[in-house]
Amino acid sequence: MSNPNDEIIRLEGICKNFPGVQALKNVDFCLRKGEIHALVGENGAGKSTLIKVMTGVERFDEGKITYDGKEIVIRSPQHAQNIGISTVYQEVNLCSNISVAENLLLGREPRKLGCIDWKAMNKRAKAIMQDLDVDIDVTQPLGSFSTAIQQIAAIARALEISSPKVLILDEPTSSLDAHESNLIFKVMRKLCSAGVGIIFITHFIKQVYEISDRITVLRNGKLVATHETASLPTIQLISEMIGHSLAEYDEMKKSEFVVNHKKALLEAKELGRKGMVEPFDLELHAGEVVGLAGLLGSGRTEVVKVLFGIDEPDNGCLIVDDQLIKKHSPFEMIMHGVALCPEDRKASGIVGDLTIRENIILAIQARLGWFKFLSKQKQYEIANKYIKMLNIATPSSDQLVKNLSGGNQQKVILARWLATDPKMLLLDEPTRGIDVGTKAEIQKLVINLATEGMGCVFISSELEEVMRTSHRVVVMREHEKVTEFAGEVSEREIMQAMAGGE
Amino acid sequence: MKNNISPFTKFRQSRIFWPLVALLLIFIFDGIYAPGFFKLGILDGHLYGNLIDVINNGAPLVLVAIGMTMVIATGGVDLSVGAVIAISAAMGAVLINPAFGNELISNDILTQNVSRTPLGLIVLANLAAGTACGLWNGFLVSRAKIQPMVATLILMVAGRGIAQLITNGQIMTIYYTPYFFFGNGYILGLPVAVYIVLAVLGLAWLLVRKTSIGLFVESVGINAESTYYSGISEKNVKLLAYTFCGFCSAIAGLILSSYVHSADANNIGLNYELDGILSVVIGGTLMAGGRFSLLASVIGALVIRTFTITMYTVGIPANALLAAKAVLVLIVILLYSEQAHKIINAVFERKGRSKDAKN
Repeated sequence: MSNPNDEIIRLEGICKNFPGVQALKNVDFCLRKGEIHALVGENGAGKSTLIKVMTGVERFDEGKITYDGKEIVIRSPQHAQNIGISTVYQEVNLCSNISVAENLLLGREPRKLGCIDWKAMNKRAKAIMQDLDVDIDVTQPLGSFSTAIQQIAAIARALEISSPKVLILDEPTSSLDAHESNLIFKVMRKLCSAGVGIIFITHFIKQVYEISDRITVLRNGKLVATHETASLPTIQLISEMIGHSLAEYDEMKKSEFVVNHKKALLEAKELGRKGMVEPFDLELHAGEVVGLAGLLGSGRTEVVKVLFGIDEPDNGCLIVDDQLIKKHSPFEMIMHGVALCPEDRKASGIVGDLTIRENIILAIQARLGWFKFLSKQKQYEIANKYIKMLNIATPSSDQLVKNLSGGNQQKVILARWLATDPKMLLLDEPTRGIDVGTKAEIQKLVINLATEGMGCVFISSELEEVMRTSHRVVVMREHEKVTEFAGEVSEREIMQAMAGGE
Repeated sequence: MKNNISPFTKFRQSRIFWPLVALLLIFIFDGIYAPGFFKLGILDGHLYGNLIDVINNGAPLVLVAIGMTMVIATGGVDLSVGAVIAISAAMGAVLINPAFGNELISNDILTQNVSRTPLGLIVLANLAAGTACGLWNGFLVSRAKIQPMVATLILMVAGRGIAQLITNGQIMTIYYTPYFFFGNGYILGLPVAVYIVLAVLGLAWLLVRKTSIGLFVESVGINAESTYYSGISEKNVKLLAYTFCGFCSAIAGLILSSYVHSADANNIGLNYELDGILSVVIGGTLMAGGRFSLLASVIGALVIRTFTITMYTVGIPANALLAAKAVLVLIVILLYSEQAHKIINAVFERKGRSKDAKN
């Protein structure tokens, strides 16, 4: 276990300003040898900036860093790596089309007579992976392995390159299930018993408690506190992270929804598309929240994509507001009062280099067409209304969206759709990768919208969220709608349906 | 601190600042090494001088730059503008005298100052031909999903062939004087081309700032997928951009052929695609697409023309011109790099701070 006197790196009084915001205010942080130190905080709390300072990506304005007993200046990521500070980012930065061995030893391949000695290389790679207790065929392309293995390969590469004393893991488990996360944890434990100090960034509170020795909480660029994990109750941790108590979750109560046997707002009959989702039936009524539960890749996303016309269905029919949809396209669905918040915020949600205002009016402008251009004044009016309503943290609506934190970006996309005044809202993982406070806000918003008569489809990987918000839960498995639960249902029942076993 | 940005800082951060700086540097160079560069005279009731030459000569390039800006903003590129210029020019020449290229017709018929087609119809045909070319490019890019560079390369190569087919492989000299109005005429002492450019610029400005097209073009250029998810037909936006670029190139072809009194399928508008792209780059629009400024591209085109004329004025031989241009490009690209901006901004900010301190 870690020894308090064995500090590897210590940051004192770190300040960092970006134009318009102070990202870090007087933050202290220290990492001991052989400890797993969790760094937690909401989006925009300053975690990433702190990491960037530590790895030489950003220069800090004030403060000092002591590494291995000496005060140093970290000049560049390369420099950081050379002195033993390695980072593995959330997105795997390796090439999925070449073999694991090549990935691990890229640029430092063992050579024989000037050519790559493949045999030695594969052997070496195998040994590296076995060191981390992973026994796989390293000659297979990296992409053929699960994300967890890819993540471990990324860690292995970081270790191979510089045998670091400090290893920073930025949300390594964000797209992994519990079993896969355990694989990563095993590797982490092994490394810290070898004396490596690990900084672990995650949004999963449960994992923080499972693996970390100490916890540092940041909020709004300031250090809140550093605790020994064992002596910190969860409730205190969460309230430190979000700054207010979690009462919000308790007061959230879904409106009583009575199935009125009036016509459904949206009705899918045998709707499906080959290779994406098997034909399914789905009804959505006004004032109802339908949850879509299922594992990643179970076909949840495909359901809403087909509904929204991103991918044209090749089977069945879709009736919206008593009208049969003939032409399937996002534009057509918007005209029918349907909106979709897509799963991948960066790739298909935000338009990064446009301002918040422009992002918000994009869909409403699409609806109005080319020649009914909203006046600047009207644009500001709409943008400011939703910035206020959704509590988007920004100095002005003229900020570029890419400069916002993940949660605020999500709110901008929500605003874009709410501005079109939809009757039906399809939400694909609206709470993914955002902080606890914003998660609660978004769930509350969904419930409120439904109370006001909107029909919502809510997808989330967190079953708890689905159950909290939905009146009805549809379970997907292997691209097929398996079953549907209405009314009170236990988590266990849904999980069983998701897993498919007894 | 954020709220009271001085007008100068605002101007410095605007898109036209750097192109203007480049233009100013060339002017300063002219002031020192080419005395008389700025001299304007009046001859036959209209202005003449190097500056007028810049505008008059530069008009076709400015038009191409306007069209190219729209295309590049969607994340594409149009390599066919030079070829479209040739097609447009050939169209005009052939309509003036369909007998061109027919060896049986004697020379004095060819050199007559008459047209077989009314001038209005000629102009319409010019524009229609260019617009159709643009539509073709747009179709290939947006519907057939061919990469813009490849799609427009097809017309870049084929276009000059089409122009040759139209002119029957001849270099056509035009003798019909009313046609010269577009390239050589003057209204109120200023070249007609200036008015044409202003009209097209005005039209383009209306399209991009008074309709939602500008926003959609930028949005497509930044993130086509998000744009599609928002219900905007990225296909139609792209189609429009390429069509508009073809339209602008057609007008450029009209002015150019009118200016040189001929339509040479192989040489008219040569390298305009490269100068057009360069104008847009000098104007600060990223080749990856996204944010754009028409005015900045126009200034970019003027920078290129001014530079060319300056080089002639100070006596750089024509064969060294390309090398000299390369130096300009190099300087501009360096000026635009992130590193250079950082340094320059730091200098300005320090000055601003010391000024604040004094106050």
